Amino acid sequence: MLLLHPKDIACRQAVELITDYLEGTLSRRDRRRLEFHLRGCPNCSAYLEQIRTTIRVSGSIQADDLTSEARQELVDIYRRWKSE
Amino acid sequence: MELLGRLRDGDEGAFVTLVDRYHQPMLRLARSMVSSQAVAEEAVQDTWLGVVRGIERFEGRSSFKTWLFHILVNRVRSAATHEQRTAAVESLHAVDPDRFDAQGQWADPLEHWSQSDDRLEAAAWAPILKAALEELPSRQRTVVVLRDIDGLSSEEVCGVLDISAGNQRILLHRARSSLREILDVALRKAE
Repeated sequence: MLLLHPKDIACRQAVELITDYLEGTLSRRDRRRLEFHLRGCPNCSAYLEQIRTTIRVSGSIQADDLTSEARQELVDIYRRWKSE
Repeated sequence: MELLGRLRDGDEGAFVTLVDRYHQPMLRLARSMVSSQAVAEEAVQDTWLGVVRGIERFEGRSSFKTWLFHILVNRVRSAATHEQRTAAVESLHAVDPDRFDAQGQWADPLEHWSQSDDRLEAAAWAPILKAALEELPSRQRTVVVLRDIDGLSSEEVCGVLDISAGNQRILLHRARSSLREILDVALRKAE
């Protein structure tokens, strides 16, 4: 993403760079600008932490347990296939 | 993988182990793409049949999970041409533009989500996030489910969904931004 301001970036732009930053796909120049901005901006630092927390909470979502009926149904499908 | 060797040999126990491990994540992936539980379940069952029939063709160049998910995505797409989840309104902004002032700086300070904050106990927040996922446009939901819930790498997600790296990042960015926003709103309400 090309940034408009040569020296610093606005918060509005910084938040749009966060994913590329975490993915490690920012150009070295943009990464330096963003890190410079983050050092001086408590709000955007808080924003980055919130995104990290969001990712962490997502990672804690567990799939529901497989019911024994669903498992049996699949075993039946497997057995039918094997006897074909 | 030892398990796949046993599956090739027709070992039912190996099949059941794989079902226990992957069936629910597969169902979640399918449901992220279509609203119909029936269509999702059928696509997943169909995938399992495809796996036992086609296990000889699995060459191990990708992980088994990626191979499995890729088969599933193709099944869902072909089964669901008329069943696509209705498109939610896509936001083009990571953050509501009203949160910024005319200079593009935050108009109000952002709350720090403290790690020790009870309100952020993952167990308490998972249900809210689950509900929030339902609000996302389908393609965003699928990408964030694969990346942040199932833990696939960006390369794996691109392979499973046949999308470019750039597209994957945009979808992930919008999804994570929206989920953060929803958590933020819920946190403020909980105060």
